[in-house]
Amino acid sequence: MSYLDTQFDDNIIIAKVDDLFNWARLSSLWQVGFGLACCAIEMMATSASHYDFDRFGVIPRPSPRQSDIIIISGTVTLKMALRVKRLYEQMPDPKYVISMGSCSNCGGPYWEHGYHVLKGVDRVIPVDVYVPGCPPRPEALLEGLMKLQEKVRNESVIKKSA
Amino acid sequence: MKSEEELFNILKTKFNENVIKLVKQPIDPFIICDPLMINEISLYLLSNEELLFDNLMNLSGVDDANGKSTPIEGIATIEGGTLSVYYHLESTKFRHKVVLKVCTPREKPEVASVALVWRSADWHEREAYDLLGIKFLNHPDLRRILMPYDWEAGYPLRKDYANPEFYHGMKVPY
Amino acid sequence: MAIKTEEMVLNMGPQHPSTHGVLRLELVLEGEIIQKVIPHIGYLHRCFEKHCEAMTYPQVIPYTDRMDYLAAMGNEFGYAITVEKLLGIQLPERVEYIRVIMGELQRIASHLVAIGTYGADIGAMTPFLFAFRDREVILNLFEITCGARMLYNYIWVGGLSHDLHPDFVRLTREFIKYFRPKIVEMNELLSTNRIFIERTANVGVLPLETAINFGITGPMLRGSGFKWDLRRDDTYSVYNKFDFDIPVGEGKVGTVGDCWDRYYVRILEMGESLKIIEQALDQLPEGDVTSAIPKRIKPPVGSVYKRVENPRGELGYFIISNGTTSPFRVKVRAPSFVNLGIMDVLCKNHMVADVIAILGSVDIVLGEVDR
Ligand code: SF4
Repeated sequence: MSYLDTQFDDNIIIAKVDDLFNWARLSSLWQVGFGLACCAIEMMATSASHYDFDRFGVIPRPSPRQSDIIIISGTVTLKMALRVKRLYEQMPDPKYVISMGSCSNCGGPYWEHGYHVLKGVDRVIPVDVYVPGCPPRPEALLEGLMKLQEKVRNESVIKKSA
Repeated sequence: MKSEEELFNILKTKFNENVIKLVKQPIDPFIICDPLMINEISLYLLSNEELLFDNLMNLSGVDDANGKSTPIEGIATIEGGTLSVYYHLESTKFRHKVVLKVCTPREKPEVASVALVWRSADWHEREAYDLLGIKFLNHPDLRRILMPYDWEAGYPLRKDYANPEFYHGMKVPY
Repeated sequence: MAIKTEEMVLNMGPQHPSTHGVLRLELVLEGEIIQKVIPHIGYLHRCFEKHCEAMTYPQVIPYTDRMDYLAAMGNEFGYAITVEKLLGIQLPERVEYIRVIMGELQRIASHLVAIGTYGADIGAMTPFLFAFRDREVILNLFEITCGARMLYNYIWVGGLSHDLHPDFVRLTREFIKYFRPKIVEMNELLSTNRIFIERTANVGVLPLETAINFGITGPMLRGSGFKWDLRRDDTYSVYNKFDFDIPVGEGKVGTVGDCWDRYYVRILEMGESLKIIEQALDQLPEGDVTSAIPKRIKPPVGSVYKRVENPRGELGYFIISNGTTSPFRVKVRAPSFVNLGIMDVLCKNHMVADVIAILGSVDIVLGEVDR
């Protein structure tokens, strides 16, 4: 018997389906274990000790088919863009995208002369949260994740959220 | 340890007209060679007992942009002139260094490959081909390396390169 | 019925947790045995060389950071001394010492990531967490120096952007004291671990002649038993004033030049870097760090090739100047780019699982491979 069982035996919890689903969803956002460029190192630092992504329920999964969010962490080049799009398409619904860093927001430092850089990942896939910075500090990424959780919290199973 | 001049004289006596001249400048003087003979010169530099240039530090393609340029709608197109390749060599035993340079016409840029002399040249040459369009004759596997294999808009590091509007339906400019 | 065999082609990447970024390897297999490895790179080609031609000399520095993003200080260092050679300027002593300290701290941070992710690739998660914990301490040191955690724009042509923080020397000494036992801990945890040795010893052996012909540099070359370190063999900055060893692979648990040797060279190098930092802190002169920064950088016509020892090997810059304020051509000889070229030779006749072990020991950073 676990602690929770002894505390609440023979109890009923009443909740709205929306709330229950959203709560479950937002507290176990599994991410695709996938890094692109410099920002990926900050993403790794976020998931390693000290910042510990795991306390928000974010753990990297090697396969897109088992994950809920994809963090586009770094420069998306034209060669990679098609692969990013395919990765996104392989993820099951509901799926969320965090665009991390200036590069994937808008091309970043490479916006002008980057002949091989896609100026913003939102040209190929829809983005939920943009995290600015070059690279964003781990705190900024955590903030972005909490923004995403807020978004998930207000979703509805029946109604499509805007 | 041999100085540039000694090396130049050794090469000059061996390959006479294929080694063109020694360009003196305060830092890193270089020797200009024939682009189609560079593989044999390299092989000699590598295998001669007294030279032993076993380490190709760097190989860089350069667009000299010394031709006639005509501006068309903002972007100049360059005609004539040369592309060149620089080879930075070093001997890990004798610790001497040398810089070789070859020039090849822009319209038909062909240089003999040294990928079989120093294997490290393999990717450097592919990169020079990819970004500048220099063809390396007898290279084992001359394909694009950094840009996508189906990139059709030319060679990006040339000074007169114009970026395409779209690639696979994605807008390229900002 | 006649038995027919055929080769199988397996794709690894660009999205693969162990390729350290966006590398794609095409493996040609016969059963489980690798016949051929074809690396496909360029998924992170960010047009560095084109940017250089459009920027002025100081503006290039932030872009050099973003090549080898695990060793940004090293990249700036290399670029700065290349341009300084072209300009022919003398630096205050203090600048040189601070650069060396930063470069060596960066080397430790970079090797920590290399070791940590190598452990994680092979299945040991704890070293990864330990390594990142210690790296965080170094990043804090960088942060009090210049405000950034990863990409600094700290080393400028002719000087530095800021002087050291008043606490820096004390904190760095504390870090040295803190970090020495951590190397021992890492050895106990990973280097002498039975499973780790089984996975890495005698795997991916790189003979010395092959290594030199392929242009391999850095810990990989030293792992094959060649004492070659540009800090000593083509010395730059003030490295000739310090006393340090150059660790080489000795084949302690397997053959000279196997994955374990390459890994262990990195561990030993961290200790040597600590030694250098200690000496540099002791000798650190007083002075001004911004006085030698030129107002306007306009080098004379000419070309220069200069190289430094980055954590991953020889980082070379080839700069052609045509007398204007922006470079005519910059070509970077990136150590990872050259080191990756040997994958095919190293992996031949190994099992699929060994590819991960070999790739981890090569220690590439894709930002630098593709630039
Ligand atoms: S935003 Fe900055 S740190 Fe992030 S990938 Fe782009 S250049 Fe690198």
